[in-house]
Amino acid sequence: MPEEPGLILEFPLEHYRFEIAGEASSKIKQVVRQLGVNAQTARRISVCAYEAELNAIIHAYGGFMRVRVLPDRTELEVTDAGPGIPDIEAAMREGFSTAPDNIREMGFGAGMGLPNMARSADEFEIRSSPENGTWIRMLVRH
Amino acid sequence: MTLREMAAALELTIVSDTAALDQPLAGGYVSDLLSHVMGQAKAGQVWVTMQGHQNIVAVASLVGLGAVIVTSGVEPEEQTVNKAIEQEVALCMTKLPTYEVAGRLYQLDTAGK
Repeated sequence: MPEEPGLILEFPLEHYRFEIAGEASSKIKQVVRQLGVNAQTARRISVCAYEAELNAIIHAYGGFMRVRVLPDRTELEVTDAGPGIPDIEAAMREGFSTAPDNIREMGFGAGMGLPNMARSADEFEIRSSPENGTWIRMLVRH
Repeated sequence: MTLREMAAALELTIVSDTAALDQPLAGGYVSDLLSHVMGQAKAGQVWVTMQGHQNIVAVASLVGLGAVIVTSGVEPEEQTVNKAIEQEVALCMTKLPTYEVAGRLYQLDTAGK
């Protein structure tokens, strides 16, 4: 079956580039708002995008985010070639963090990234291994 | 409560000089942890923090916050100020500690209700 049409946005995410952190998310928010997605839904999409972006920048030596905006939903897929998450169950708990001190001092690494994503998305899937890094797919219905 | 009223009551310096002084603000949120603000602050609120680095602007912009107050005499970095102007985020600073700012902000915000 051919893939449904939709607007596709792709962003490389670079390790420790904090000066551009949030730019992909801002662009995504701007695009979905222009396409008529309401403010509350755009906020949920922004949270998913922002947390994924920061995780890749902090933990995964960078990665890649692909976003597809369809009339009734937005899908976000984030891949990285980082070290993987040894214990996903622990990482999903609020407050669990492996971020180094210098990152925490900036207010990151609160252990809220994955829980925020899971709460904001209607569908959330995560796979991770040391060999293949981490893959996250999120779907937000409009 | 407007930015103008808040700036006077809280001894603020507005560092992003393009900020609209008469925009309405409603409520506040206090945290130095970005993911908590991202997940829980509401659009239009005033964010009180000691973080002065540029990522506070991205968070404020994504959440649609009404203003950001950097407390305790922390000076926002130059890139933070530039980004705030570029993204039309009302960025303020004050020498007052967070506790004092939160108290005065709460009084001002609830006074008219």
